[in-house]
Amino acid sequence: MSRRIYVPCDTTALSLGADKVAEAIRLEAEKRDIPVELIRNGSRGLLWLEPLVEIETAKGRVGYAAVEPGQISALFEAGFVNGNDQHPSCIGLVEALPYLKKQQRLTFARAGITDPVSLKDYESLDGYQGLKKALKLEPQQIVDEVKASGLRGRGGAAFPTGIKWETVLDTASEQKYIVCNADEGDSGTFADRLVMECDPFMLIEGMTIAGLAVRATQGYIYLRSEYPVAHRLLNEAIDKAYQAGYLGANILGSGKHFELEVRLGAGAYICGEETALLDSLEGKRGLVRAKPPLPAIIGLFGKPTVVNNVLSLAAIPYILDKGGQAYADYGMGRSRGTLPLQLAGNVRQGGLVELAFGITLRELMQDFGNGTLTGRPLKAVQVGGPLGAYMPASQWDTPVDYEAFSAIGAVLGHGGVVMFDDTVNMGEQARFSMEFCKVESCGKCTPCRIGSTRGVEVIDRIRRGNSADKNWMLLEDLCETMIDGSLCAMGGMTPFPVQSVMKYFPDELKARGESA
Amino acid sequence: MSSNAEWTMQSIQLIIDKLKHKPGAMLPILHAIQDEIGFIPDKAVSLIAQSLLQTRAEVHGVISFYHHFRSTPPARHSIEICRAEACQAMGCRSLEQHAKKTLGIDYHQTTADRSFSLEAVYCLGNCATAPSVRIDDAIHGRVSLDKFDALIAEHQKDMKEAG
Ligand SMILES: Cc1cc2nc3c(=O)[nH]c(=O)nc-3n(C[C@H](O)[C@H](O)[C@H](O)COP(=O)(O)O)c2cc1C
Ligand code: SF4
Ligand code: FES
Repeated sequence: MSRRIYVPCDTTALSLGADKVAEAIRLEAEKRDIPVELIRNGSRGLLWLEPLVEIETAKGRVGYAAVEPGQISALFEAGFVNGNDQHPSCIGLVEALPYLKKQQRLTFARAGITDPVSLKDYESLDGYQGLKKALKLEPQQIVDEVKASGLRGRGGAAFPTGIKWETVLDTASEQKYIVCNADEGDSGTFADRLVMECDPFMLIEGMTIAGLAVRATQGYIYLRSEYPVAHRLLNEAIDKAYQAGYLGANILGSGKHFELEVRLGAGAYICGEETALLDSLEGKRGLVRAKPPLPAIIGLFGKPTVVNNVLSLAAIPYILDKGGQAYADYGMGRSRGTLPLQLAGNVRQGGLVELAFGITLRELMQDFGNGTLTGRPLKAVQVGGPLGAYMPASQWDTPVDYEAFSAIGAVLGHGGVVMFDDTVNMGEQARFSMEFCKVESCGKCTPCRIGSTRGVEVIDRIRRGNSADKNWMLLEDLCETMIDGSLCAMGGMTPFPVQSVMKYFPDELKARGESA
Repeated sequence: MSSNAEWTMQSIQLIIDKLKHKPGAMLPILHAIQDEIGFIPDKAVSLIAQSLLQTRAEVHGVISFYHHFRSTPPARHSIEICRAEACQAMGCRSLEQHAKKTLGIDYHQTTADRSFSLEAVYCLGNCATAPSVRIDDAIHGRVSLDKFDALIAEHQKDMKEAG
């Protein structure tokens, strides 16, 4: 009987040598004449354990953490193919790990368990049940189910997905589009990537359902070019979905039609903003459009378009399969369902944590993250990407909830949590926020384009101790001008991290004695 | 990602013709040309402009807007260092300095022997195991200064063997 051995194939596992580990296992097994079935599964999202090799045993899947190619021979010697749990690398049954057990995985239910491009694996764990139900419903009924779920867009703005879909459904047009925003530009975020690399059929299914809901027959996934692994896996999965009749002119014999194509971005953060994204898809420079009109009414090529984040669309199959109410049963207040959070930066146990809204930031960083990787005291946390505020210790008891975050001037955004230890220089971080805006501004409006350039200069002067008080006031004004006068959140929110440093870490922005 | 000197106007036109029917064909065409040749030659611009019924200035405008597209031949290996926040929290600022010193070049430059070019990138989605570096299509995590040196040495060895 051949042993099943799993070696993940997501970007992080690969970035830590998973391909070499897989190859070493294959060679060693051959050498020892041990029959093994090597499966390249997705990642469980317990990224600090990668490459996390799993062996299927009678008791369940046993894990070996942070395996290196040079270790393989010794691991075989120690009987790891039989799940020897005495080995120091062994972490026991993977599904019993508290990090995983304590999560509420709806979207990431299959991640790491399956081979991401095996349709059979997907179908065997509820895959395509949502679509099958949707095929029996009227568009309005699908929209109603999504409205009942309370799902709000996971791309950052938290707009109710069902209402967006209803607008597109209600706008008459021969041609409509579903566009998946897979630009995931925020530092500290990788949940979209994990969906695409570990369970791509879920996204494909979600987009197909969206197409049925609003009567759109063409979908595009706008994927950032920084994600070559996701690109390969998505294309493979789309091919398979076509072959199996889940995409195309006659979905599962229903007569319904949906086409899907991946389009690559080209390294521009602003193309994550939905209207810049649409311009980019149309083949232009990614410039932000003024709203209104909403993309739901005049979107891609001037047609009604649903633009949704990967996670929003990935939540759809569950909602259609189990019902909107089942999803809404999770969460707090107006934040319904689960949020895939991402622990990143200086963190001991970085990875994906999917939970119902409501956990506090502190619990997340301690109970899951287990503190900083360097072991030094945690000093600041940036939540919600480069446009999110730096949160000091006094704010760590804030529950993960859209409203609770905005009440203190912070943003939850796409759920990225970047932790910094006490060696960080917050003045440098404030400077970077402005610098990033300068590099990535689309250039359409002055407060953003010029303001960010000035912002860098003013911060440099403050840090050098050059007329610090005057420049401090200048920076305050500049932030206000950017917030009030920018067309989109790039210029409009870049001041948030800067202001948070001014408010909570003022001494670090002020001169530290370096001479001018 | 090494550059392919073998391109001709015909080979570029062939790439364009395969893709120009697509709605919003510009980016797919630019990607396909850069994947094939390693960069977007100036001469390709007029072909694209003609085929898509746009002006050369418009095509140039698109190419220059996106960080990913390049108008000059690349080095044999392109190194991109993540400069974004999660990597900053794990020491990418010293990694950047180390890389520049080791390679003797700054961002947007290429080593004299054309082995390596250095670019900045803002997040590779590998933020739980920072700092991250992309070399060609491979992403590397937990890149300590030593690991960076080892990666460079590995690529140098491969290039030597390949001649
Ligand atoms: C500067 C900027 C960058 C953005 N980047 C992204 C992104 O990378 N991914 C994303 O899904 N949304 C991003 N957004 C939000 C989108 O504009 C839009 O709200 C979202 O795609 C809508 O999908 P959702 O309702 O499912 O969240 C960004 C917005 C701004 C202003
Ligand atoms: S705020 Fe910045 S990125 Fe947004 S539209 Fe204006 S210039 Fe472009
Ligand atoms: S911030 Fe460097 S990989 Fe995300």
